[in-house]
Parts: sequence; structure tokens; C-alpha cells
Amino acid sequence: MTPASTRLDVRKTYKLYVGGAFPRSESGRTYEVTDHKGRFLANASKASRKDARDAVTAARKAFGGWSTRTPYNRGQILYRIAEVLEGRRGQFVEEVGLGEGLTASKAEAAVDTAVDRLVWYAGWADKIAQVVGGANPVSGPYFNFSMPDPTGVVAVVAPQDSSLLGLVSVVAPAIVTGNTTVVVTSYERPLPAITFSEVLATSDVPGGVVNVLTGDAAEVAPWLASHMDVNAIDLAGVEDAALAKDLEETAAENLKRVLRPATATDWAMQPGIERMTAFLETKTVWHPIGI
Amino acid sequence: MTTVVSPGSGAGSGDLAEATSSNASLRRFLHGLPGVDQVGAEARAAMLGTRSIKTTAKDFAIDLAIRMVDLTTLEGQDTPGKVRALSTKAMRPDPADPSCPQVAAVCVYPDMVPVAKETLGASGVHVASVATAFPSGRAALDIKLADTRDAVEAGADEIDMVIDRGAFLSGRYLEVYDEIVATKEACKRPDGADAHLKVIFETGELQTYDNVRRASWLAMMAGADFIKTSTGKVQPAATPPVTMIMLEAVRDFRDATGQMVGVKPAGGIRTSKDAIKYLVMVNEVAGPDWLDPDWFRFGASTLLNDLLMQRTKMKTGRYSGPDYFTLD
Amino acid sequence: MASENTSGTHAADARAAFEYAPAPESRAIVDIKSSYGLFVNGEFTAPSEGRSFKTVSPSSEEVLAEVADASAEDVDLAVKAARRAYDKTWSKMPGRERAKYLFRIARIIQERSRELAVLESLDNGKPIRESRDVDVPLVASWFFYYAGWADKLEYAGVGPNPQPLGVAAQVIPWNFPLMMLAWKIAPALATGNTVVLKPAETTPLTALLFAEICQQADLPPGVVNIVTGAGETGRALVAHPDVDKVAFTGSTEVGRLIAKSVAGTDKRVTLELGGKAANIVFDDAPVDQAVEGIVNGIFFNQGHVCCAGSRLLVQESVADEVLHSLKRRMSTLRVGDPLDKNTDIGAINSREQLEKIRELSDIGDAEGAERWSPACDLPANGYWFPPTVFTGVSQAHRIAREEIFGPVLSVLTFRTPTEAVEKANNTPFGLSAGVWTDKGSRILWMADKLRAGVVWANTFNRFDPASPFGGYKESGYGREGGRHGLEAYVR
Repeated sequence: MTPASTRLDVRKTYKLYVGGAFPRSESGRTYEVTDHKGRFLANASKASRKDARDAVTAARKAFGGWSTRTPYNRGQILYRIAEVLEGRRGQFVEEVGLGEGLTASKAEAAVDTAVDRLVWYAGWADKIAQVVGGANPVSGPYFNFSMPDPTGVVAVVAPQDSSLLGLVSVVAPAIVTGNTTVVVTSYERPLPAITFSEVLATSDVPGGVVNVLTGDAAEVAPWLASHMDVNAIDLAGVEDAALAKDLEETAAENLKRVLRPATATDWAMQPGIERMTAFLETKTVWHPIGI
Repeated sequence: MTTVVSPGSGAGSGDLAEATSSNASLRRFLHGLPGVDQVGAEARAAMLGTRSIKTTAKDFAIDLAIRMVDLTTLEGQDTPGKVRALSTKAMRPDPADPSCPQVAAVCVYPDMVPVAKETLGASGVHVASVATAFPSGRAALDIKLADTRDAVEAGADEIDMVIDRGAFLSGRYLEVYDEIVATKEACKRPDGADAHLKVIFETGELQTYDNVRRASWLAMMAGADFIKTSTGKVQPAATPPVTMIMLEAVRDFRDATGQMVGVKPAGGIRTSKDAIKYLVMVNEVAGPDWLDPDWFRFGASTLLNDLLMQRTKMKTGRYSGPDYFTLD
Repeated sequence: MASENTSGTHAADARAAFEYAPAPESRAIVDIKSSYGLFVNGEFTAPSEGRSFKTVSPSSEEVLAEVADASAEDVDLAVKAARRAYDKTWSKMPGRERAKYLFRIARIIQERSRELAVLESLDNGKPIRESRDVDVPLVASWFFYYAGWADKLEYAGVGPNPQPLGVAAQVIPWNFPLMMLAWKIAPALATGNTVVLKPAETTPLTALLFAEICQQADLPPGVVNIVTGAGETGRALVAHPDVDKVAFTGSTEVGRLIAKSVAGTDKRVTLELGGKAANIVFDDAPVDQAVEGIVNGIFFNQGHVCCAGSRLLVQESVADEVLHSLKRRMSTLRVGDPLDKNTDIGAINSREQLEKIRELSDIGDAEGAERWSPACDLPANGYWFPPTVFTGVSQAHRIAREEIFGPVLSVLTFRTPTEAVEKANNTPFGLSAGVWTDKGSRILWMADKLRAGVVWANTFNRFDPASPFGGYKESGYGREGGRHGLEAYVR
């Protein structure tokens, strides 16, 4: 008999995050998530190709509205994500620690850096255009300027090891400039991503801007790479070189912008602006100057 | 003839009459004409200027240009002697070559019309007179009309009037319109041999191509036989793009009404090369129908000698010099 | 009112007489050799397998020269030469010295501009007016512009300490042979890379003349290598394991293959591919300039322009007027000898391209669109296609979706700005777009909404070395021109 003093914990089965809602995988599949020592943590949905398809639809639907928000507003929302994330710091520290096998202080550092990274990117929202755009001194009676424009729907294979900091470090630069994303999380360490979805859902981020698919990148990513309505793909978390090559080849079908795997990246390092510019188009506008 | 018209006007001559019923409706009409992008217009004019006119085409163009010249003297120091000499030159530009065509007209102040008329007689060279308080146009309407009537009575075949730029620039379009209508009336003769009316805009004072296009339509609607860029007393005078805008206007006006109006750039056209560029523009913008002294003129004084030098070069194969052509 | 036109006879005479006499540019200025080798390591060398191909003048089908066909082995030698030059001289040379080489090249291009223009028109078929007034001046300006960057890269906003990538493999098309060479070579050299460039099979001659210019400028051997050949040569070059960077301008079809071939490597890639640009004319447009822009948009360079305004979107309320004006203007276009200074439209670059244009135009007929061309006499020899406009076209027509790459315009209509944007963006391409309206706020609204890398408002087909150029979506990625153009060549 179970002693009366011990309470049985409620085991969780988490869902996907698509279009601002939390649906189960259309396939009905789940998989067991364990900590770094193999102990059961929770069940996660195992996303299928149809979930990927639905997520792309949601991301495309959200793109028009998100990309035309004022940069100030997008910056505010990213800052809001940081605030809410900070508010659930304890939960993230626990999940990151269990999943990645980090000491408490290292897990805390990872979560704090993730919060700081969001704050850092939040500030970029209304600055990146001035840094990468500007007036071009053409030799003629024309006013000519270039400005960055978000690429569109970006598929992201999140880092496998760095389950929160890595995730934030690839999602934030994509969305801060106005892109919308479909993220395939770390397969073995999806819990911080799932909790992050809950943060997003309560941080004024419009539904569809970030869609989170837990599951196997090797299964889901090819569908994203071949999807003709996805404009770019970030292979950050693809650890298998053959898979990365396949995905890059598949992505060429509609000339997706491809960021190659970043498996050797130390996510704690201060990033540059490359992860933003990778998913920005440069638009150049000409107009005559006359009376 | 097509009934398609310039955008903004959207109709034929009936609606044009409607447009002049009040200053407000005239303003609406003129401001409804399509705008002109300065950079694009100048680029197009410059491109036409790169046409290379050689050999037979050049022969043709030089003779045509000579036939289109309004040989002009509009100076305070003009005398009957000067005007007689100029008129003689107009009839026989190159005394050494009888095959050289005569010019279209001699252009003088009203008081010189009798002298020019007497010298030119039945040569076929027209007498054109400036009028309406040329060049500023700053006089009362009755003075301007008297000025016109004087010239017409003295035998002028053509009247070159100036518009009231002050009225135009301050938006009193109907006033400008009425003045042109009144001047046209003053060009009438009892025998029906009315003087042709050229309307000078002084485009250098209108500043924008939008204004040039509006002035062109306003003048054509008021009955101008010709529209003319400049007095020659204000810089810039005629330029290729300004002339091109006016050629587009006469082209579109014919599309709208079936009526042809002539174009006269004046001032600043000094070389054969320039003149040929204008003829290319006439050919490609308004069309070959305008390649005729009845529909295109050059207001010029020094251009003629350069045309004559080029003509001689084409005929003899040698470059000529100014000493071989008369100074008048 | 003004007098009726009573001078019909005069006018008829005038029309008969003011035919512009031929005004051909002399080709004596160009000394075309009977055969050309490959330019590797600063010298012209015979191809390893001894194969060659002929390049013809598309306006006459006259054979201009025999050109070496580079094998994979030749490509390897060229890449090795480029690698040596990179390691030993070019990457170690101070930026200010690289700059001086580029300035020197720019100056020689200016000095030999007429020669380059004549050769370009002969080999490509484009009118001398364009090669003389557009292509070659832009080529010189491109080298001048990037020369100035060579010793200022740390200020370019491309990282605190920008470093060259190494050897760049560059494959360029036949529509702007020399200009595309300049767009590729100038930024690559300015940033310290060395290059192996493959010009298009049908237009190799100006690239080979450029090789002579490199010799004339005493450019160190191997910094620029030119390998001539067809697709196989290009494939060998792009696939060569020792190239660090691939830059390609050409069709989306080939761009896709290149993107696939570099997958899984560390090669950096920029692709400038096809387009199907909308040129959008609103009812308040400056009509005469809009018509010029439409003409320039689709008939410039025979429509062999990736950013050509091949879809005219005209607001329904002015469609008849704009088409009337457009057809009248098209009737004044002069088609013929590319070397005649008065020619507006030259020859189609190749028989193959001519057949493609014919095929798609025939599909336009078959799909029920209405074809119109002005009366024009096309020369008997060579490859020619008259300026053509299709009306009654909808988004569903193939001629509204596929890149024809010829002097063929499809006309569609729209009613509202939103519809114009939707139709303009309704394509897998996204290279350029045109907007014609007098309303400033609408221009900016349209520019904001159009998913295209270049938006020309009240103008079209303008290019400048300071202005970034490149596409969205299937029009490729990366930018050429301006500060942005440096990014593709540094790490």
C-alpha cells in the first residue's frame, strides 16, 4: 500500500503549440521524455508531417500582421516574453537542469542568459533597419534607399543540447524582424520549449508567430524543407551531416534561405547580427528627384 | 482618328468647352491632366538627342530646319535698315546657292511690320509680329489688344502673343484663357485672312513641366494656332524637354479634338545639331505630320547661319567659315 | 479653334523623307582574334582537350571567333592558379594596393570603352546605344566603386574584421556579359578574394577582352581567371572542392541545381535568378513617363533582363489610354542592326532563346491572349523577334507566370491598390517591381507591400554600383551592389 503521506504526482502529457492553440498531434502519437539519467519526466506529442503542414499554414497566416506591426511594438512584445520567462525562472531552471544534466548554478546561468538574450534582441527591433539599411548615393537624380524586410516563414530546427538558451537564440532573431516561425524542438529535451510555448501564449505574441513542434527533426524537418510556402530554414540543431545535406538540397527546390547547422556553437556567447540578417531581405527603392 | 485622349481629360471637344465655363472648372481640368515626371521626361528627351542623323537624312533635316526658321530680331536698337536686311536674308538665306530654301517668317516688333511686309512682298515669307506688351505682358488688356490690332492692320501674318504669367501662376486660369480668346479675336481681318496666333508661355518663368503642360492645353483650348516656349528674353528659353512636353500636348490635343496645333521653340537654339535634335523629337513624339513649317518653327536669329554652314559642308564636303555667310 | 490639318501632302512628303539613314558604329576599333584560349594564371592557354566552340554574332549569324572549351581539368588548373594567387599575393596585399589595381582596371575600361561596347554589341546583339550608354559606363563605375571599398572594409558594417573567403567561382549569363562580370569580379577582388569566372557560352568575347585588360593593368597572375565553356564547364567550376564561394547569375532552374550541388559543403553562395516583375500603372500616373518606363522595362536589352517589367498591371480606368499610348510609342521603336546608333532593339541572343520566346508567345496565342506588334521589317539573317504586347492576359496565363526573357509584354488590369499588390506578389519570383503614381503616400505603401528586392517608383531598370540588387523568393539570394554587395565575399 502507498503510504497516506505521499502524494502521487500528476503525470503530464504535453501538446504542440500551433497558431496560438495547443493541439495534440494529428497523428495522436506521443513519446516519453526523460531526464538526463533516463527517468521519466513527461509525455510529449510527437509531431507529424500534417502538424508541420498546419504549423506552416498558421505561420503564413500570422506573417502579414506580425511583419507589419511597428518595430517598437515587436520590441515590446519580445521584452514581454523576457518578463514572463523571468517570472517562471524556477520552472525553467528545473527543466533545463533535469534535461541537460546541469548543476543548479549552470542551469540558472542558462536561463538568465536566455532572458538577457530576449532583452537584447527586443532592443534590436527598432534599430536593425538603420544598421543594415540606409540611403544609397546613386549617381543620378534619384532618391534611393534600402531597407530590410523579413523573409517570411522560417522553419527552425532548434539546438538539441541547449534546450532553452539555444532555442531562444534561434527563435528571437527570426521573429524580432517580423518573420514567423515553425520550430522543431530538441527531441530529447523538449520541456523548456513546451514551457516556452506557454510563455509565448501569455506574452502578447500573436498566435502563429512561433509554432512549436515537439518531435523528431529527422521526421518533420524534411517536410518543412520541401514545403513550398516556407521561405527559409535554419538547420541549427541538425546534428547528422547527411540529414543536413539532404535538407539543404530539398530546400533548394524553392530557393529557401538556408542557415547551416550550428552544432558547435556556444550559445552562451554574445551573438552578432547574423542570425537576424540571415532572414532579412534587402529591399531597395528608387524614386526620381524632380519638381 | 482615335477618340482616345489624354488621361484626366477623358473626353472630346464638348467637354473641353465645359471645362472653360468657370475658373474652378478650368482649374479642375488643367490639374486633372496627367503629371510630368521631370527626371523621366528629361531622360527621354536626352535619349532622343542621341539619335545619329547622317547623310541623306541630314540633308533633309537641314533644309527642313531652314524652312522652319522664324528669323527674329527683337531689339530696342532695331531700325528699318536692320529689318530690311533681315527680310532680304529671309528670302535668300544663301545668296551663293539659289537652291537654298527660304525661311518661314521674319519676326519683329509691331512697329517694324510695315517695313518687313514691304521688303518681303509676295515672297511667301511670312511676317510675324510679337504683341500684347511683349515680352513681359504687363499691360492692361485694352493696350495689349490695341498692340495686336496695330500689328494685324500693318499686315502681320502671324501674331506672337505672351500670356499673363502672373495670372497663370496665381491660378487665374480663366483670365489667361479669356485674354487669349480676345487676342485671337483681335487677329481677325474683315476679309477672313486672319493672322495666325502663336501663344508664348515663357516656360522659364513657369518652372515646372506640369505648368507647361497645363499652359499648353489652356492655350489650345483658347484657340492658339501655335504654342511657343519663350520670348528669348528670359533664361532658360527653349529646351528639348520643354519642347517635348508641348509636342506631347499637341499630339494629345489632336487625339482629343482632331485639331492640329503647331509648336515653336524659341531662344537658345543656335546650332544645326540642336535643330536636328528638335526635328528628331518632332518626328518621334508628335509624329511626322508636324514635320512641316506649318506645324513647327524655330524662333532664332543665329541658328540660320549655322544651318547654312552645315548645308554647304554637306554639298561641298568642306567645312565652311562664318565669313562666307551674311551677318544680317 | 486651331486650323484643321490641311497639310497632309506635306506631311506625307516629310514622312517619306525623314528616314534616318544608317549610322553604323565602326567595328574597325575591335580586333577580334580568330581563336581564343583560356585565361589562366595571367596567360592565355590552350584547353587541355583541345576542344573549342564558335561564338556567332546573333544579328548576322557570322562566326566571330573560336573559343576554347574548358574541361574539368582546365577548371582545376584555373582554381589552382586562383588558390596560389590568393595564398601568395592577393590575400596578403594591403587593401590600398588592391584598390589601386581596381582603379587601374576601371580607368582602362573607360579608355577602351568604345571597343568594349562594339564587341559587346557584336557578340550579344544588343544595340550599341545601350552597350555604349548603359553597360560599359556601369562596368567602369562598378570597378571604381568597389576599388574604393578595398581599404575601408572595416567600416562597411560587415563585421569588425572582415576577411576574404578565398577562391570565388563565378558563373554569369549572356544578357549583360561584361556588366555581370563587373558585378562579380569587382566586389570579389576588392575584398581580397581571387576568382575563376565562366562567361556564358554565347557571349565570351568581352570577358576575354577583360582578361587582356587584366594583363594591361599588370594584375598579378591568377587573381582573375576566365574559363570559357558551356554548362559542363560551369558545373565543374561550381562543384570544384577547392572553391570557397559560388556566385551565379542566370536562370532559376540552374540556380536550383547550384544550390543543391553546394549542399553539405562550406561554400558560400549567392544567386541572382529569374523574375516576372509587375510594372504597376495607376490612374494618376505621369502617363508619358509611365509609357517610357513600360517600354524601357520590357524592351531594354530585347527583354533579356531578369528584372524586366514583363507584366504590365494597369488600372482598369486608364487601361485603354495607356495601351493606346504604349502602342503608339512601340511603333517608333527601331529594330535592327545592333551597331546602328539609332537602333532601339537589337537581336535575340541565340537561336535557342528565340525559339523559347516563340514557343511561349505561341502559347499566349493558344491561351486566347491577343498579340500585337508594330509593323517592323526584321532582317533576313540573325535572330529577331518584334516588340510584342499581349492584352487580355490573366494571372492564369502561362505568359503571365513564366519568364519569357524576350521583348514580350503581358498586360493585366487591376481595380484597387490592394488588388495590384496581390497580383504583383502572386508569383514565385520576387526580383523587382515598378510603381507609377503621382501620390507619394501610395508609392511608399506599395513599396512597403511589394515582395521584391528592387522597387522602381516612377522609373524602371535603373542600376548603380551603390544600389543593392537582388531578389526575394525564387529570384535568388544575396545582394550585388553597394555596401551590401560586400557581404557575399567576406566572413
